[in-house]
Amino acid sequence: MARFVVRRTLSAIALLFATSVVVFGIFEVIPSYNPARAIAGRNASEATVQQVSRKFGFDKPFYDQYANTMKLIFTGQIIDYQDDLNVVQQFAQKFPVTLSLVIPAGLLWFITATILGSLSALRAGRLADRALMVVAILGVSIPVFLLAAVLLYLLAFKWTIFPNTGYTSFAANPLQWAYHLVLPWFSIAVLSVGFYSRVLRSNLLDTVNEDFVRTARAKGLRQRHVFMRHVLRNSLMPVVTMFGLDFATLLGGATLVTETIFNLPGIGQYEAEAIGNLDVPPILVGSIFTAFFVVLFSGFVDVLHAALDPRVRLSG
Amino acid sequence: MAERLLEVDGLQVSFLTEDGIVKAVDGVSFTLDRGEVLAIVGESGSGKSVTVMTLMGLTRSPNARISGSAKLGGRELVNAPERELERVRGAEIAIAFQDPISSLSPVRRVGDQIVEQIRAHEKVPKQQALDRAVELMERVGIPNARQRAQAFPHEFSGGMRQRAMIAMALSLSPSVLIADEPTTALDVTIQAQILREVKQLSEKSESGVIFVTHDLGVVADIADRVLVMYGGRVVESGTLDEIFYDPQHPYTWGLLGSVARMDRDRPRRLPAIPGLPPSLVNPPQGCHFRPRCPHAFDKCVEVPPLEARVAEAPAHLDRCWLEVSEKRELRSVGGHIGLFDRTVAA
Repeated sequence: MARFVVRRTLSAIALLFATSVVVFGIFEVIPSYNPARAIAGRNASEATVQQVSRKFGFDKPFYDQYANTMKLIFTGQIIDYQDDLNVVQQFAQKFPVTLSLVIPAGLLWFITATILGSLSALRAGRLADRALMVVAILGVSIPVFLLAAVLLYLLAFKWTIFPNTGYTSFAANPLQWAYHLVLPWFSIAVLSVGFYSRVLRSNLLDTVNEDFVRTARAKGLRQRHVFMRHVLRNSLMPVVTMFGLDFATLLGGATLVTETIFNLPGIGQYEAEAIGNLDVPPILVGSIFTAFFVVLFSGFVDVLHAALDPRVRLSG
Repeated sequence: MAERLLEVDGLQVSFLTEDGIVKAVDGVSFTLDRGEVLAIVGESGSGKSVTVMTLMGLTRSPNARISGSAKLGGRELVNAPERELERVRGAEIAIAFQDPISSLSPVRRVGDQIVEQIRAHEKVPKQQALDRAVELMERVGIPNARQRAQAFPHEFSGGMRQRAMIAMALSLSPSVLIADEPTTALDVTIQAQILREVKQLSEKSESGVIFVTHDLGVVADIADRVLVMYGGRVVESGTLDEIFYDPQHPYTWGLLGSVARMDRDRPRRLPAIPGLPPSLVNPPQGCHFRPRCPHAFDKCVEVPPLEARVAEAPAHLDRCWLEVSEKRELRSVGGHIGLFDRTVAA
């Protein structure tokens, strides 16, 4: 276990380094990109731009700039070019919003997908299964921005059942918090529910034909018991792996579209703005942030996998 | 004194497939008494596995049609409600499957898998059930059973896994134990041990054993009575001696003739039964063995009934139209039994 943690940590560091270099490098090769002008403002004179460029070190070579930026990031002093705000502080401030969005949405989609996938498999080929298949394909096919916009239009503007966007913190008012987040949760969950329930369904149908399931039935176990303890447990493993990685990218700010449409001041929205402004520091921090979660969760998934299946051994 | 445990009468199992109706089991009848080992012999696709699966109530495909009767101590098993079968399965009739690597759950400890079965039928505390599981594992010859119970199936050797499977099947002292080719995946020495143990256990616990196999060597070791199946039908049944020394059906001759024997003086090529097993979608008219039988004649297009034809042995049944005296003549060459093609030999 210790060996596993050490090896994973080392590879995580390597990955984060590579991610930051690539993201930083992209801005180096974007043709019209001039951060000094962005900072100095549209009407600044050429001399001012030059001055800003020197002050921020944009005239230095690539590796110097990179080293300097990384130093600022890891000492928590990095400032974005657009609004002169501390990026790390911004992340700390906005992360709870993203967590509020992603954790319940993740639970919602995982549980719903497990129930629908199981139902589908138990009724394989029958009407309920086919109906769920159609729903799943619809869910997978509708883009999040369209679904979110339609939900918002119908349920918030037209019938005003739900509030018109915005965010209330959990600490301030838990009820309002949930009330504001129902539509965003739903929008995120729909796509994944469709996909996950289909994957789970096919896993279940494979597992049902396994010999050990036949043994479980031959032992005289109740059908429910056979399904829950033997079939479902073995079928969930690949789904858990998928879930870990999807969840990690969402935590890292992949909720860009949802947060923008529902006007939730989380990391996704912040990133969306930064990308629009070609504002390097938030983009860079965001990429490292996402990569960090992906590495962390793939480690979690491996540990969980080893716990669920004794044949799996942890290795770096 | 022998108590009848199981009475199977006219069991039919067919499956609706895209190619048509497959009659996997076509009117199988037999009985099993306490303390008896019945071997069901036949090649792949003869319907032997489907027969025992149906007895366990495990043929539950929506495309399966099951009829006939199978009574376990007077209780009808065919088409019984699932709830009722759940109570019987594992407790009164249990099965040890072939291939124990895939038949044991890979993610659960071996002991727990036995405990699970005990607790499905009896309300006992976990620890007590585990003690019983360990005891059972010791009984089937697993050393260090207390520790091994905590291991996972992939940490067991093939032989140990098969023993664990048998321990599991025996966990509630079922009156009928079905062993579905339990020794095919094992090497010969372990096979012999397992056979001895199954036999002993059946004698000790006075249960009846149904041993499904295609290995006549195993049959000779263990069986009291033999049921030979071909193309979904019983073609011959009788005591071990009747089947081995006075076989009546040409298919049985073929089976006996194709066994490798160490006691033969002259090494020879091992004879095989010519042809292929019958298609069960479109089976041959009359006797299913007819297309492969060198002794077939015009009467064979009618299905021969399974009945006693040997005067001295009223319990020795077979499905062949030939006269007993003809059969005794045709089946042997140089004192050895086999399926011999007289037209070629002549």
